[in-house]
Amino acid sequence: MAKVIKGRTGDWEMVIGLEVHAQVISNSKLFSGASTNFGSEPNHNVSLVDAAMPGMLPVLNEECVKQAVRTGLGIKAAINLYSVFDRKNYFYADLPQGYQISQLYHPIVGEGTVILDLEGGETREVGVERIHLEQDAGKSIHDQDPTRSFIDLNRTGVALMEIVSKPDLRSPEEAGAYVRKLRSIMRYLGTCDGNMDEGSMRADVNVSVRRPGEEFGTRTETKNVNSIRFIMQTIEIEAKRQVEILENGGTIDQETRQLDVANNTTHPLRSKEEAHDYRYFPCPDLLPLTLEQSFVDELAKDLPELPDPKKERFISELGLSAYDAGVLVAERETANFFEAVAKGRDAKLAANWVMGDFFGALNKSGKDLADSPVSAEGLGGLIDLISDGTISGRIAKEVFEAMWESGKSAGDIVEEKGLKQISDTGAIEAIIDEIIANNPSQVEQVRGGNEKLIGWFVGQTMKASGGKANPGVVNQILKAKLG
Amino acid sequence: MVPGGSSGGSAASVAANSVLGATGTDTGGSIRQPAAFCGITGIKPTYGRCSRWGVVAFASSLDQAGPMTRSVRDCAIMLEAMAGYDKKDSTSINRPVPSYQNEMTGSIKGKRIGVPKEYRVDGTSDEIIKLWEQGIEWMRDAGAEIVDISLPHTKYALPAYYIVAPAEASSNLARYDGIRYGHRVEGEDLNDLYCKTRADGFGDEVQRRIMIGAYVLSAGFYDAYYNKARQVRTLIANDFKAAFGQVDAILTPTAPTPAFGDNEIQDDPIAMYLNDVFTVPASLAGLPAMSVPAGLSNDGLPLGLHLIGQPFEEGELLNIGGVMEKAAAFSAKPQLRAGA
Repeated sequence: MAKVIKGRTGDWEMVIGLEVHAQVISNSKLFSGASTNFGSEPNHNVSLVDAAMPGMLPVLNEECVKQAVRTGLGIKAAINLYSVFDRKNYFYADLPQGYQISQLYHPIVGEGTVILDLEGGETREVGVERIHLEQDAGKSIHDQDPTRSFIDLNRTGVALMEIVSKPDLRSPEEAGAYVRKLRSIMRYLGTCDGNMDEGSMRADVNVSVRRPGEEFGTRTETKNVNSIRFIMQTIEIEAKRQVEILENGGTIDQETRQLDVANNTTHPLRSKEEAHDYRYFPCPDLLPLTLEQSFVDELAKDLPELPDPKKERFISELGLSAYDAGVLVAERETANFFEAVAKGRDAKLAANWVMGDFFGALNKSGKDLADSPVSAEGLGGLIDLISDGTISGRIAKEVFEAMWESGKSAGDIVEEKGLKQISDTGAIEAIIDEIIANNPSQVEQVRGGNEKLIGWFVGQTMKASGGKANPGVVNQILKAKLG
Repeated sequence: MVPGGSSGGSAASVAANSVLGATGTDTGGSIRQPAAFCGITGIKPTYGRCSRWGVVAFASSLDQAGPMTRSVRDCAIMLEAMAGYDKKDSTSINRPVPSYQNEMTGSIKGKRIGVPKEYRVDGTSDEIIKLWEQGIEWMRDAGAEIVDISLPHTKYALPAYYIVAPAEASSNLARYDGIRYGHRVEGEDLNDLYCKTRADGFGDEVQRRIMIGAYVLSAGFYDAYYNKARQVRTLIANDFKAAFGQVDAILTPTAPTPAFGDNEIQDDPIAMYLNDVFTVPASLAGLPAMSVPAGLSNDGLPLGLHLIGQPFEEGELLNIGGVMEKAAAFSAKPQLRAGA
C-alpha cells in the first residue's frame, strides 16, 4: 500500500510516523482532583495544583495509570512496571507551572502493534514505539479581543496518553486507517472517547520522503492536527513540498510546522533559533511509578473483546467476509447491535440488513445507533419473517421503511398491511395462468428459446400479486408452465 | 550582622524571644546555619518526614520543613507535631511518628559518635575547630565512643548540590512568570513580559541560580552536569550508609564561620556557597541533621555543632543533641530581645 509519488527525477516514497495525543477518560485530572468535564465554564475546573499556586504538589491519579495500562494491553504492548515522570520545561501563558509533567526516559508502555484494516479486507501491522502519560496544557484564546488573549485552564493538567508510532506508515490512507483503528481500540477499552472535534484526540504528524528502499530522509513535524482528514491532508502537502525541494536540489530542514487548512499548505511554527530546549529532568515531586505484575494482570483480565479478535470471530464463527466483519467491529456499539440482531439468526442475512438498509436509514436520518427507531430486536423480528418465508426480501424493505417511520414491529406491519407472502401454489398458479393467457406473443418467444423473457413473467406475476408472491414458488411454476 | 539564611527570620525571631518556636525550611542548611548563627536549635528531619505541601518549593528533592526553637526539648515537641504522612505530598513517607520527647533519655552511654576526617576543610576558623574538639570531648565525657570515620566523597557534595538545587529551582521558580501568580511587569509581547517580570521580581542571587539551573539541564550539558551530580549524590548517600554501619550519629561543625557582617562576603557567591559545606552532604543524602548552640566565637558570636543521624532516627538525634545542650550550657542571649 506504499504510495509512490512520481517525481520528475523518479519515484519517492512517503515515510510517516504519528504521535497521537489521546485524552484519558477519567473523572479527575492526572495530578489533581479537579473535574475533567468538557464544556464547563472557562476556568471552573481548576484546582490550586492546576493553577500552579506556590506550595502545591502533584498527586498521581491511579485511574489514569489504569487507563494507560489498559490501552497498552489493548495494543499488545509491553507494560513497563517501572516508569518515571519528567518535567518538560517551557514558558507559555496557558502553562501556569512553567513545565509539563510527562514521561521522557521511562514511559509506562513500551512497544506494541496496531493492525490496520485496509481496503478490500487487507490488513497491515504498524508498530507503536511507546505510550506515555502527560499533562495537557490550558487553552489560549486569541480571537475574542483585538489586543488581549484569554486563558482557560479547564484543560490544564488533564491526562493525555501520547501514543508514538514507529515510522511504519507509507501513505495518507494508512495514516487515516491507523488513527481510526487506535480510536476504535480506545473506544472499546473506554480509555479515550476519541472525539477529535472536542480535542480529545490530536496528532503530531512526522513526514519524510525517500527513494524506495533507501535510508530515511529528514523529517518535519506538523503539530496538533485535529482530524483524520487534516492528518491525511498534512501528509499529502508535506510529502509533495519535500519532493519539490529535493528535486530542485535542496535539503529538508528538520523543523516543526503547522497546517494551514485555508491555504492548503504548511508553514514553519518557529525558527531554529527559537527551537525549545525543554530541559527535561525527573520530576522531584513524584516518586518513580512502580507497578505490581498482579495489578497489570487484574486489568488484563477485565479487558473487553477488542476489534481484532471480534473480527476474527465474526469471520470464523459467523462466516462473514473480512470486509463486512471489519465494518461491523469498527465501533463497539455497532458490533453489539449486530450481534444482538444476528443472535440465533442467519448471520450473513443479519450483516446485510445491518450494513444495508439499517445503516442507510441511520445515515439518511442523521441519527445515532442509540436513538434509532428500530431496535436490534425489531430488526431481528423482521429477519425472522424473511427466514420463515412470511415475507419476501422485497416486501421486507417496505416493512423496514414502515418500521422506521412508525416504530412498530415487523409482525404488526405485515399483519396490518396484509403483506404476508403468498406461497400457496394454487393461488400463484391462477395468477400465472391469467398472465400466460393475456400475453400469447411473449409466451411464444419464451418457448422459442428467449429464456430472458422468463424474468419478465416473474415481474408480471409479482406485480399482479402486489409483491406478495413467493418468488421461489413463482419461478418454479413459471418454469414448469413455459419450459 | 546577618542571622544566616534562608530561614534567618525564623531564627532571629526565636533568638529574640518574640516567638516560642518557628518553622523553617532547609534545602542545603537553611534551618541549621541560621540556628547556629543565632544561637538556637534547629533540626532538618529526614526527607519525607514532614510534608512539603504548602511550602514554596526551591529544590523539591532536598526541601524539608523543620522546627527552630530555643531548646532541644522544644524542638522535639514541635517536630512531633509537624512530622507525619501527608497524601498531598507524594514524597512524604507513611510511617508512625514516635514520641521524640520520650526518646530524650539524657543518656548516650555506649553510643558511637563518628567524626569524619573529610570535614576538616580549608577555610574553617580555628575557633570552629576548637569548638568541634570540645564537642567531641563532651560526647566522650557522656559515655559515648568516638569513632574516626571517612566520608570520602564529601568534597564533591558542594559542587553536586550547586547543580541539583539550581536545576530544580530553575524549574520550580518558572511559575513566577507574571501571568497567573504574583508580580507582573507588562511587556510588548509575551516573551518581553516574561523577561521584564522576572528581571524585576527576582534578585541577583536567584537569577544566578536560575541561569545555572537552566544551563546544567540544557541539551548537551545534562549528562555532564545534572546526571553526574545525581550520581555523586548516590555516592555521598552510600558514604553515609557505610559510616552508619560503624556509628550511630556523626558530629561536625554547623558552619565554617560565625555570622558575618551584612556588608561582608555576600558579594562573593562562591564564599557564600562555601558556608554550606558542612550542612549540604546530609541534605543530599536526605538524612536528619540538627544544629545545637555550643559556644561563642572570639567576637562573642554564637557557634553551633552539627549532628547527622540515620534515616528516621530524629529521636536519637534529639537525645544526643539534648546531652550536647546540657554539656555546652549555652546561655548567651542577644542584646535585642522581646521583653528585655
